Amino acid sequence: MAMNIKDIYKGLDIPADIFRDKVVKSIYAHAEETAKDVIIRENKRVDWDKKLDDFLTSPLTGFPVMLLLLGIIFWLTIAGANVPSGILSDLFFGIEDKLSALVLNAGLPAWFHGLFIQGAYRTLAWVVSVMLPPMAIFFPLFTLLEDLGYLPRVAFNLDRVFKACGTHGKQVLTMCMGFGCNAAGVISCRIIDSPREKLIAVLTNNFVPCNGRFPTLIAIAMIFMGGALVLEKSTMLATIAVIGMILIGITATLLVSLFLSKTLLRGIPSTFTLEIPPFRKPQVGKVIVRSIFDRTIFVLFRAMTVAAPAGIIIWLAANVYVGNTSILAAAAAFLDPFARAIGLDGFILMAFILGLPANEIVLPILIMAYLSTGAMVELDSIEEMGNLFLNHGWTWLTALCTMLFSLLHYPCGTTLLTIAKETKSIKWTLTAFLLPTTVAVLVCFCVAQTVRILGLV
Amino acid sequence: MKMFEIQPGEYARVRSLEAEGNIRRRLLDLGLVPGTLVQNIRRSPLGDPTLYAIRGAMIALRKEEAGLVNVDKEER
Amino acid sequence: MGLTNQSSGINVLRERFNVKSNLEQPVIALAGNPNTGKSTVFNALTGLNQHTGNWPGKTVLQAQGTFSYKGVEYRLVDLPGTYSLLANSAEEEVARDFIYFGNPDVTVVVGDATCLERNLNLVYQIMEITPKWIFCLNLMDEAKRKKVYINIEKLSEKLGIPVIPTVARKEEGLTDLKEAIAGMVRGELTTRPRLVRYDREIEEALDYLVPRLSSVIGERYNLRWLALKLLDGDQQIINHLQAQFSN
Repeated sequence: MAMNIKDIYKGLDIPADIFRDKVVKSIYAHAEETAKDVIIRENKRVDWDKKLDDFLTSPLTGFPVMLLLLGIIFWLTIAGANVPSGILSDLFFGIEDKLSALVLNAGLPAWFHGLFIQGAYRTLAWVVSVMLPPMAIFFPLFTLLEDLGYLPRVAFNLDRVFKACGTHGKQVLTMCMGFGCNAAGVISCRIIDSPREKLIAVLTNNFVPCNGRFPTLIAIAMIFMGGALVLEKSTMLATIAVIGMILIGITATLLVSLFLSKTLLRGIPSTFTLEIPPFRKPQVGKVIVRSIFDRTIFVLFRAMTVAAPAGIIIWLAANVYVGNTSILAAAAAFLDPFARAIGLDGFILMAFILGLPANEIVLPILIMAYLSTGAMVELDSIEEMGNLFLNHGWTWLTALCTMLFSLLHYPCGTTLLTIAKETKSIKWTLTAFLLPTTVAVLVCFCVAQTVRILGLV
Repeated sequence: MKMFEIQPGEYARVRSLEAEGNIRRRLLDLGLVPGTLVQNIRRSPLGDPTLYAIRGAMIALRKEEAGLVNVDKEER
Repeated sequence: MGLTNQSSGINVLRERFNVKSNLEQPVIALAGNPNTGKSTVFNALTGLNQHTGNWPGKTVLQAQGTFSYKGVEYRLVDLPGTYSLLANSAEEEVARDFIYFGNPDVTVVVGDATCLERNLNLVYQIMEITPKWIFCLNLMDEAKRKKVYINIEKLSEKLGIPVIPTVARKEEGLTDLKEAIAGMVRGELTTRPRLVRYDREIEEALDYLVPRLSSVIGERYNLRWLALKLLDGDQQIINHLQAQFSN
């Protein structure tokens, strides 16, 4: 039965635009009439929602409140994560002692003990005790803000800045998701309709530090920004340092977005319409349960699946000798000259390279590499970690450059895979790798060289 | 006048749209059909975009989009 | 004419949307604006019996789950949250195509009681596609807090559709919702949708088109909606039909 659909309506010549106008107008007329008939509104004396909105988005208080909220969240995360982190690490290393005894008493060979206990188990224990507490605090707090409906208001506050960079205000929302996990951030870029602005958001999402990188940033900040001071003040200084890093990340996002929309992804900004939902009273209990199950456990599990095999590989690299240096030391020595130029050292750069599968394991790898025994020892305090770093020649510049590199370098393996899936393009996935890496190297190089020329270290 | 010219707190009624194609569809979909009452709720701290009350929803529009909507000011 | 057996045809179409169900398992679609608590309704109904993926060929999240009520297992498909089905974003396309071509046994539209008028835009558009739907008016507690009262009976009467008030996060009204779904699946709960009447010119064009489409396509699809899409110059639907009925 051959037919041509077009033949059927050929005779009707209502232009599509006029047709559409009329249809929408009729629908809205109906909606208006129905709503008027069934809704009874009582005037409230005080509109608290409007008052709250005035406070959160006014010219005077909008930005200070935004920074303050961010500050409070990070302060609570940093201050609150310390104690449970210590408890967890005590627990896990206590278990390790028992496991070691068990394995050695069973007469299993030393390499087995090395691979699975000193390699896999220790890395796992490290990742869990370092990552779990900050995540378990950060995710619920952030989900609360999300539940309240605060995030679209942030987009509203900041849109003009993004417009100036040729991108979409909703990019803010994707960046907020990136705080949790960049892979999730990349997926959330779907909310941006225009392909050009979506791609920019995907390519720059990485400049927002994810939960895998927070522990690294926080730990280094605690050691070098607040190390010599009493604990309360060091928490405060570490918070400021971490917020400083986030602001640098946001600046990088904006500058790179601007660069992209002037070069590779030229075009006029697309239409911007953003619905600001009414405030909702967050369900505190459900938020906590949901954020722990949906987010914390999910991210943690992902990190753990990478950490165990990574631990095994690192242990091997540290314990297999060619001549009288281990593979690990040889590789670090090879990387050292370049790494020094950008303010790092060979071990740090290697830790970043080996940490490609997941950012969470960068710090554990580094510690394992530094320790001459070739496996991570028990580091139950942040001071001990600081001493370890100082013994390997760290200065505040090393700390700063490591933080900057962590903030700006290529996305983790999972995020790159996600980008490949979302963009369906090898070219853009490659760009997503090279662009931030170039930025990271350039920034670290400039900082390191400037500081050295000025003789500040 | 254009929709972005209404000042915070003021009301206006939509007269016509100057947009075409996809943008027109989007604006219509928000309920910006002729005769619709809109209110400027506030401007963003940086002056743009502006938040409007449109048919019971709060919608932020940039100057570029709000400039495509012709409105008549309405005293309330 | 391609598909002769109606029910197996529907299943083939559903599988194209990655929705697999046997004939005994009714398929329920969940539509609605963003921020209406749609996913809360979805979670409250399905609990842990859910999984997520992508809609075939699209980077749009698809969530499916199952729930049982009075001995019957239902498959619930969460459609992307949209304000409309007219503008062409990937989300709106997916939601619209599934409601039309996937032919769910019941479509539940979740609405926000605090801004009903805004939600009615989508409601009237969905009403045009399918008569088998229920309006789940969520966030009734928020509306009360904002001193907005809605006459549910009158709304139901004006739409010609069952309206179920809920507070999904406190699990209020969900049993009523399940009862309504079950009733509609069994054919006991019927609707008499009060469709939007358009301008005379458009209604005349529709009267002209519908019988002509019927002679080619048969009565299997909602022809009034199809005619609306043709008048709208919706190239995607035209191609779709062309592909399905040309040979």
